[in-house]
Amino acid sequence: MKRFHIFWFRFRRNRAAAGGAVVLAAILALAAFGPVLYDVDPFEMVGRPFMLPFDRYPLGTDVAGRDILAGIVHGARVSLMIGVLASVAATIVGVTFGAVAGYYGGKIDDILMRTTEFFLCIPSFVLAVVLVAIFQPDVVTVTIAIAVVSWPSVARLARGEFISHRDREYVLGCRAIGMPDWEIILLQIMPNALPPIIVVSSLMVATAILTESGLSFLGLSDPNLVSWGYMIGVARTVLRSAWWMAAIPGAMILITVLAINLVGEGLNDALNPKLRK
Amino acid sequence: MSQPVLDVQGLSVNFRTSHGVVNAVEDLSFQIGEGETVAIVGESGSGKSTAALALLRLIPDPPGKIVSGSVRLDGTELLTLSESEIRHIRGFKIAMIFQDPMMALNPVYTIERQIGEVLQLHLGMSRRERLLEAIELLRLVGVPAPEERVQQYPHNLSGGMRQRVMIAMALACRPRLLIADEPTTALDVTVQAQVLDLIQGLKDKFGMAVMLITHDLGIVAETADRVVVMYTGRKVEEGSVTEIFDDLRHPYTRGLLGAAKWEEGDGDMLREIPGTVPSPFDMPTGCSFQPRCPLAEARCLSDRPGLETFAPGREVRCFIAGEARS
Repeated sequence: MKRFHIFWFRFRRNRAAAGGAVVLAAILALAAFGPVLYDVDPFEMVGRPFMLPFDRYPLGTDVAGRDILAGIVHGARVSLMIGVLASVAATIVGVTFGAVAGYYGGKIDDILMRTTEFFLCIPSFVLAVVLVAIFQPDVVTVTIAIAVVSWPSVARLARGEFISHRDREYVLGCRAIGMPDWEIILLQIMPNALPPIIVVSSLMVATAILTESGLSFLGLSDPNLVSWGYMIGVARTVLRSAWWMAAIPGAMILITVLAINLVGEGLNDALNPKLRK
Repeated sequence: MSQPVLDVQGLSVNFRTSHGVVNAVEDLSFQIGEGETVAIVGESGSGKSTAALALLRLIPDPPGKIVSGSVRLDGTELLTLSESEIRHIRGFKIAMIFQDPMMALNPVYTIERQIGEVLQLHLGMSRRERLLEAIELLRLVGVPAPEERVQQYPHNLSGGMRQRVMIAMALACRPRLLIADEPTTALDVTVQAQVLDLIQGLKDKFGMAVMLITHDLGIVAETADRVVVMYTGRKVEEGSVTEIFDDLRHPYTRGLLGAAKWEEGDGDMLREIPGTVPSPFDMPTGCSFQPRCPLAEARCLSDRPGLETFAPGREVRCFIAGEARS
C-alpha cells in the first residue's frame, strides 16, 4: 500500500495528468450512466433532420432525424468498451509472447519475434479493415481485429524488459533455490517489468478508440450499435452544410484520446524507474 | 576422510561462441568434506564462477554445456538428474550466495516473502510457519530486530544486512553444501569480516561443506581449510592452506601471493603478475601460464604439463614444480 501512496503522490503532482484523469472520469461516467439518464434510442427518428443544436434537442438531429446527443451518449459506451477490451486483449497476448521470447531467448525467441514482426510490417489499419471485412462486422470481431493489430508493440516492449531482467542476479538466485521457470516469469520478473507495459497499454486504449472510429467511419462496425466514428461517417456527406454533425462526435474522440494520453504520460512519469527518488 | 559431501571429477564446461568453442572449465576435480571450507582461487576469467554454476547445472545452455565429468553430492550423481530432480537439489541440498547482495534480491518483494519462497518450495510450509521461520533465520544470521526487518523491502537494508538475508535464505533448508561466490567483494571491509565469521560459524553449527570462491587471499588464509588455484579453466595447484602459503609450488600461485602481499621496501609500487590472462580464443601453446611465467623453459612452450600428485590432496600442474619451491 505504501508503494501505491508514492505512486499516487507522484501522479497527482502532474497537473496535466490529473486534469486528464478528471476528464477521463467524466467520459467514463457519461458512458456508464448517460444511456440510463438520457434514455433516447439513438436509432429512432425523433424529429425533422438537420435540426440545429439547442433548438429542440440539445445537440440537434442528424441527416435521418436522429438525436445526436443520444448517439454521443450511447457511442461513448461502445467506443470506450472496444478500446479498453482490445487493449487488454492485446496486452495479454503481447506480454505472453514477449515474456516467453525474452526469458528463454534462442530459437524460441526467434520464432516468436519473427511472428511478431510479420504482424508489425503490415500496415495496421489495413490489416484491421481486412480482418473485419472477412468476418462479420460486430463488436467482437472489431475488438479482436484491433487487438490483433495492437499486440506486437507490447510484445517487443515486454521482450526487452524480460531480456534486461533475465540475467540479473535475483533471477539467478531464484533459479539457484530451485524455482520453476513459470514462477520466475510470472511472479519474479513480471512485477519488475510491468510499469512500462502498463504505460504503453494505457496509451494503446487511445489508439484503439481511433482505430475503431476509423473502422466505423468506413461502415465496418456493428450495424446495431452507434459509435462516434459511425456518426462522423454518416455526417461526412453533409460536411459543408451541417459541419457540427461531424464536429461533435469528432470533438468527443479528440477529448477522450487526449485525456487518455495525458493519463498515460502521467503514469509513465509516476512509474518510470529512471525518474525515481 | 570418509565420503566427501561434494565430489567433482573431471568436470569440463564448454561455451560455443561465434568465434569458436571455449573451454571455460577443463578437467576439474576436487572434493569437499563435511565441515570443510575449500577456497577456489584465481583471477577473473579463470572459470571459478562457471565451475560453481555447473555444480547446480545453472550454466546457460546454449551457449554453455557441461561436456563431461561427474558431480556427486553425498554419492548422488547430479549431472544425470532430470530437470525437476535437480530443481529439488537447488536451494535444498546445495545453496548459493552471490557476489552482489544489492542485485540478488528481488526489489519488489519483502524479505519475508523472499525467504518464504525457499521454505515453500522445498519444505511446503504454511504462511504462518514461513513467517516464524523467516524471523528465526534472520535472528540466526544476526539481523537485529528481525520482526521488523522481515516486513521490509531490500532497499530498506544496508549491503551487509542484505548479504545476511541472502545467507539466511541459503541456510533455510540446512543445505549440505554452501557455494559462496565472492560473498564479500561488494561489502565494506569492516562488514566483510563479520559476514565471513558468520559463514564459518554456521558451517560448524550445521556441518555444511563450503565452497568459497574468491580472489582475496586474505580471506583464504583466514577461512579456508584447503585451496584450489585455477587458471584458464584448469586447476593448477591444490593443497591445504598451510601448504599453499608456506610451500607453494606453482609460479602462478606465487604470483597471486606476491600480488597480495605488500612488503617493506615496495614503496608505492603494487606488485602484479606481468601480462594478462590469455584470451580464450588465443590460448598459448604448451602451458597456458607460460607467457607470464618467470621460470618458463623450452618444454613449457611446447608441451602441456599434467597434474602431478605429491600427496593426497596435494597436486600441482607444472613441470618444474619439484624445483620451484619457495
